[in-house]
Amino acid sequence: MPEKSRERILRRISSALGDRRNLPSVPAPLQTPPLSREEKIEQLKTRMTAMRSEVHVVPKGDRDALWTDRLKTIVVEKGLKQMLYAPGTPVGDAVAAAWAAGDAGLPVLEPYDAPVETFKEALFSMDAGITATMGGIADTGALILWPDENEPRLMSLVPEVHIAVLDADRIYESFSEAMEKCVWADGMPTNALLISGPSKTADIELVLAFGVHGPKELVVLILT
Amino acid sequence: MTETQFDFQANIRKALANRQLRSNLSFAMGSMTAKRKAIFSDAAAFEALRAQGNAIRRRALLQLPELLERLEKKCIENGMSVHWAETTDEANRIVLGILRDHHARRLVKGKSMVSEEMHLNRFLADHGVESLETDLGEFIIQLDGETPSHIIVPAIHKNKQEIARTFHEKIPNTPYTEAVEELNAIARKTLRRKFYEGEVGLSGVNMAVAETGTLCLVENEGNGRMCTTVPPVHIAVMGLEKVVEKLSDVPPLLRLLTGSATGQLITTYVNMISGPRKPDEKDGPREIHLILLDNGRSRILSDEQLRQTLQCIRCGTCLNHCPVYTRIGGHAYGFIYPGPIGEILTPQMEGLDKAGGIPTASTLCNACEEVCPVKIPIPDLIRRLRNESYDPNGSVPGHGFKRTFAEAAVWKAWALVNRHRGLNALVTKMAPVLSPILPRLGPLEAWTRGRIRPRFSQKSLHERVREKGIKDA
Ligand code: SF4
Repeated sequence: MPEKSRERILRRISSALGDRRNLPSVPAPLQTPPLSREEKIEQLKTRMTAMRSEVHVVPKGDRDALWTDRLKTIVVEKGLKQMLYAPGTPVGDAVAAAWAAGDAGLPVLEPYDAPVETFKEALFSMDAGITATMGGIADTGALILWPDENEPRLMSLVPEVHIAVLDADRIYESFSEAMEKCVWADGMPTNALLISGPSKTADIELVLAFGVHGPKELVVLILT
Repeated sequence: MTETQFDFQANIRKALANRQLRSNLSFAMGSMTAKRKAIFSDAAAFEALRAQGNAIRRRALLQLPELLERLEKKCIENGMSVHWAETTDEANRIVLGILRDHHARRLVKGKSMVSEEMHLNRFLADHGVESLETDLGEFIIQLDGETPSHIIVPAIHKNKQEIARTFHEKIPNTPYTEAVEELNAIARKTLRRKFYEGEVGLSGVNMAVAETGTLCLVENEGNGRMCTTVPPVHIAVMGLEKVVEKLSDVPPLLRLLTGSATGQLITTYVNMISGPRKPDEKDGPREIHLILLDNGRSRILSDEQLRQTLQCIRCGTCLNHCPVYTRIGGHAYGFIYPGPIGEILTPQMEGLDKAGGIPTASTLCNACEEVCPVKIPIPDLIRRLRNESYDPNGSVPGHGFKRTFAEAAVWKAWALVNRHRGLNALVTKMAPVLSPILPRLGPLEAWTRGRIRPRFSQKSLHERVREKGIKDA
């Protein structure tokens, strides 16, 4: 049954178009002056803050200001109880190592280490989830996420707070540049995501309200 | 709302008489147009982007057969299933078949205009499946048993008092509250449970990339991600024109879409799905089904001018800028797609004999064309469809439905008079004598109710010119 419809549809659209087709060429986008590393960080921060994300720029090299220290302050201030993390990833392992010191008041770390079918109940009760990112996009203000077997898709969606860690060297000027430089067309993951802020809606009288289905807060740590 | 009961005039009268509706709409549309304007404040940049968007969409349509085959091939390579549906009924049955294969009784739905076009919820209800809208706006109107009145903001016609009443009456144990934050919290709580329990999730598709077999879904709430990630099965429905050639086509179209639709640089989530869960992945659906729907689109493609209708990326901005839509709202149009895009799309899908009245709801002010991010010449297409309504030799289904014997006779007579000098002279002489009684005849009587009756001059232009001593040919 589907074969027949498929063939009929394809035949109809082919004959609708005929053979003589002049394909228009796609004009090049307007060129903008390139941004410096600092400008990209600044632009990303401004844009994402405007969309109600909480952005922290933290030096990554300085032993006195390890980003995990900043993370601890943030999660304690927010009073988070449990935090989902991804063991076996650089971010997950750094968090686990920092937590090993055993400071008081830190949220309990929960690994997402089982298929969703058996993990659903725990997943839906999490306060927070922390993930890495593949990069950032300065001109629109967005993070790029490529979930995989270690860092599943729902970590950035189901918990009430999503904390994302971004390496400042991986901020691109635009979505197009990110796609091109990382050669996305050669192999897409099962799910790639751009995330620009906490979940929101304006469906009631166009009043912006946050956290309607996804996270109520998005915290971004940009490591410089 | 069925086509047979469709009475556009009555709908318009009703909508115009509804003061609450008009005030809800005028507030909302003013705010949406202002936000869009702020995003596209650089005119040169906007024009460059539109030129890109227009070329990308035109290229895609001209290569549609090849792109669809490539999309299908890539999606299958990526582990998805691809289905083709000629009609909405066929698409509905494919959805039902998938649900039955999984013994599923519940569907959680993201926002999708194609599923509205299919009347999917009604179809599934008739077959014992609960289909739940999870986009907040769609959830609200589903509770009220209504259809969307806008393609981007489905519940735009309601104010918070109306929504507060709906929640209080329709969701058990819900107190009456007008606080928007609280209304959101109620929806969150109600729907979280449903995502958790969802057996199959359904979504639309904003664009599908042939090059990589990727489905792009754009949203702010996260309900779309929930529907496409939590349940073990994901069904995506899309009009077959939504395919684009390359991944690099996505960023410019995305910018045009989000900027036009909601005045955003980007939405909260851009969800790019290229396959079901791999064996070692912990979440994501185990099966993804893509349904490609024709429903008249292949026919629209065959006319070079009307084909431009299919460039549409469903941003909804033509609605916001339309002086007719902003006064009568979406429901008055009586079909799924309202406003300027509905005026050109609906009659071509449903036939002019059924929906030919809709293209009359335009002032041809050109606002829709000026804002359309992919440069669809909507007013030209409206004019074309109006002409087709009278043209017995037209190509759109139902063409010529407005042609009446009296009108045909009048035009014949007019042509005759203009071809013969003598007749022409006679009619020109008679016109000022006869014209005072004309408005009391037939359709002219209605016409003059709102307009000043034309008066024919005693002398023709030719006579006056001659009197001035100018040589007349
Ligand atoms: S016709 Fe143009 S403005 Fe209207 S919805 Fe489609 S793309 Fe948007």
